[in-house]
Amino acid sequence: MLTVAWLVPALPLAGFLLLVVFGRRLGEAAAGWLATAACTGAFVVAVGCLLDLASRPQDQRSDVTTLFTWIPVGSLNVELGFLVDPLSMTMMLFVTGIGALIHLYSIGYMHGDPKFSKFFLYLNLFVFSMLMLVMGDNLVVTFLGWEGVGACSYFLISFWQTREAAASAAKKAFVTNRIGDWGFMLAMFLTFQAVGSLNYADLNGAAAGLAGSTATAIAVLLFVGAMGKSAQLPLSVWLPDAMAGPTPVSALIHAATMVTAGVYLLCRVSPLLHEVPNVGTAIAVVGIVTALWAATVAIAQNDIKKVLAYSTVSQLGFMFIAVGSGAYVAAVFHMVTHAFFKALLFLGSGSVIHGVHDEQDMRRMGALRKLMPITYITFMIGFLAIAGIPPFAGFWSKDEILAAAFQKSTPLWVATFVAAGLTAFYMTRQVIMVFFGEARWKHEPAPTLSAAGHDDPEQGHVVTPHESSWLMTLPLVVLAVLATFGGLFNLPFWDGTRRLEHWLDPVLGEAEVPLTLSTSTLIVLALSAVAISLVGIGTGYLVYERRRVRAFEPAVFADGWYLDRSIGRFAGGPGMAAFEGVAWFDSHVVDGAVNGVAGGVRWSAERLRRTQTGFVRNYALGIAVGAVLLLVWFATRGGF
Amino acid sequence: MNVLPVLAELRVTASWYLVLGAMLFSIGSVGLLVRRNPLVMFMCVELMLNAVNLSFVTLARALDDVGGQTAVFFVLVVAAAEVVVGLGIVVAIMRRRPGANADDLSMLRG
Repeated sequence: MLTVAWLVPALPLAGFLLLVVFGRRLGEAAAGWLATAACTGAFVVAVGCLLDLASRPQDQRSDVTTLFTWIPVGSLNVELGFLVDPLSMTMMLFVTGIGALIHLYSIGYMHGDPKFSKFFLYLNLFVFSMLMLVMGDNLVVTFLGWEGVGACSYFLISFWQTREAAASAAKKAFVTNRIGDWGFMLAMFLTFQAVGSLNYADLNGAAAGLAGSTATAIAVLLFVGAMGKSAQLPLSVWLPDAMAGPTPVSALIHAATMVTAGVYLLCRVSPLLHEVPNVGTAIAVVGIVTALWAATVAIAQNDIKKVLAYSTVSQLGFMFIAVGSGAYVAAVFHMVTHAFFKALLFLGSGSVIHGVHDEQDMRRMGALRKLMPITYITFMIGFLAIAGIPPFAGFWSKDEILAAAFQKSTPLWVATFVAAGLTAFYMTRQVIMVFFGEARWKHEPAPTLSAAGHDDPEQGHVVTPHESSWLMTLPLVVLAVLATFGGLFNLPFWDGTRRLEHWLDPVLGEAEVPLTLSTSTLIVLALSAVAISLVGIGTGYLVYERRRVRAFEPAVFADGWYLDRSIGRFAGGPGMAAFEGVAWFDSHVVDGAVNGVAGGVRWSAERLRRTQTGFVRNYALGIAVGAVLLLVWFATRGGF
Repeated sequence: MNVLPVLAELRVTASWYLVLGAMLFSIGSVGLLVRRNPLVMFMCVELMLNAVNLSFVTLARALDDVGGQTAVFFVLVVAAAEVVVGLGIVVAIMRRRPGANADDLSMLRG
């Protein structure tokens, strides 16, 4: 089955191509079903590959299929090769699996959209690109996918491009990602220079022999790439704005799959990171700062999707803490469980938005639990999973990250612990504002609104919210089941329950820092993690349901610690001035030098052409004078 | 044979030929510079070439080096080729503009 692993990306590509040609003719439902079928087919093939891979002995679970030589130039030889090993297999499964569910959901969500088939065309292209990213056996194929998902992200954020916010958010995402791509590209150049090959196998194999500075530089540059794609500070600004896209896009691209590409990349080069522990510390620091920053910002957001967006940034921070602590398995584990529960939460929020007729402001929701029971129950499961309540999936993965952070350093653990508590708190706030309390969607016309087109709130909100169709609730139920039982992949009890760890061992085992904490310490850590989650939920309950304590939502949180504004100020002020200076330098000094040389040549040529009189006898005189002068020179100097 | 004792004393050495060559060359070059008739200028060039040929032959004999004579053959061949082209041009000009002199033909000025 592994010989047809190329079918996994090929099926979404085929779906994309078919939709490009026939999308419009197929019309609404058929185009969606075609795209869903392509993605489901990819999932089925991936499952087949999984069975094949799992049947092999552990040390042979790595398979490279080379389709053709893509770039043969001198000593650079880039092949279009697919690497199927436990790590890429894990990614392939949840990309195609969750992708298929979200495709299905989108058929319901995008109902009636005039660009219905175009949406699915982009979704299939995205899945294809993501699979190229995951399955590439060298940095260039991964980069192809990396840019592909970036482009799809751009197309899909700006899907409703007539909205000003969506168009500018897409541009912001694109430009911010370019900064990360810059790091990725430099890392590739440096790798080729130092290793002579861009294959992961060669890079990881040569990692131990690289000079310290080179290894550090490659690791840091790859991390810069990961920061851009996975929205870590200070490149995190694009992800919250990206919520201007349709909600399935937020669930698929900006929560479950694309934004985890950075974590995946770092796991892929884990032997390299193993050689440079200082970079690991830097990654952990960036991760924890991002996690805390995003968690505090999420407390004060009123847009239902913005809360989830900041939550995603925060959870990605957790994954980077794990990577930085050398707990790659925990990072992948959290990546998988996060994909389950965050996709669930996003799809749930999409269902809510749909139910209350395109309203995104949580201040105009409330008391929806009776009206949208399936959405309510599944959203609650997602909430419990992300808050870290056992036995839901998020608890197990977050617990492992906390343990790894504790082993790395106590301050890191404390900060992670606080971020975990904040996570429980802001999610409680969201759940209460959306599903509990009094129904604010009937009366209370909110003063400010992010969504355009609701100038007349009285008229827009008298309609009773309703539950969504089965197309949207079925993926919710499936994801809820996964978010409940996702922890089963890697229960920490004894060796036999650590399935994911054993599964990933051939890829990550070499660099993984083993947990040496005693069992009692681990139990205390787990209990304290549950305790902080309960404290977060309890506080949220007191503040937002009982209203015993006044809500603490300072402007500094709502404004994202003024990060956006500072970047805007900086880029618009000194940044712009600097670039104008550079532009001036370019147009005056650089161009001046070039134009000056050309002008000098022209000026001298103007004068030199006068010597070409056209009179033959003039030339003859010149020759004669020259000959005489030569003669004189020979006679006097040349010793003739 | 002693018609004139002075003449009898006279030996025609290589210098004579070299001086003759130099004089011919000077005549040719001055002619090239001062005359305007293309045909005459052309002949002046031929004169200069043959002056050099004369020097070559002279020195070849004086130095007992056949290289000089070889060079003459090359010059003759090149001169013949040059005559073909040059005369062709001169004839063409004269057909179109009878009586034109070299100074009239300055259309190729820069």
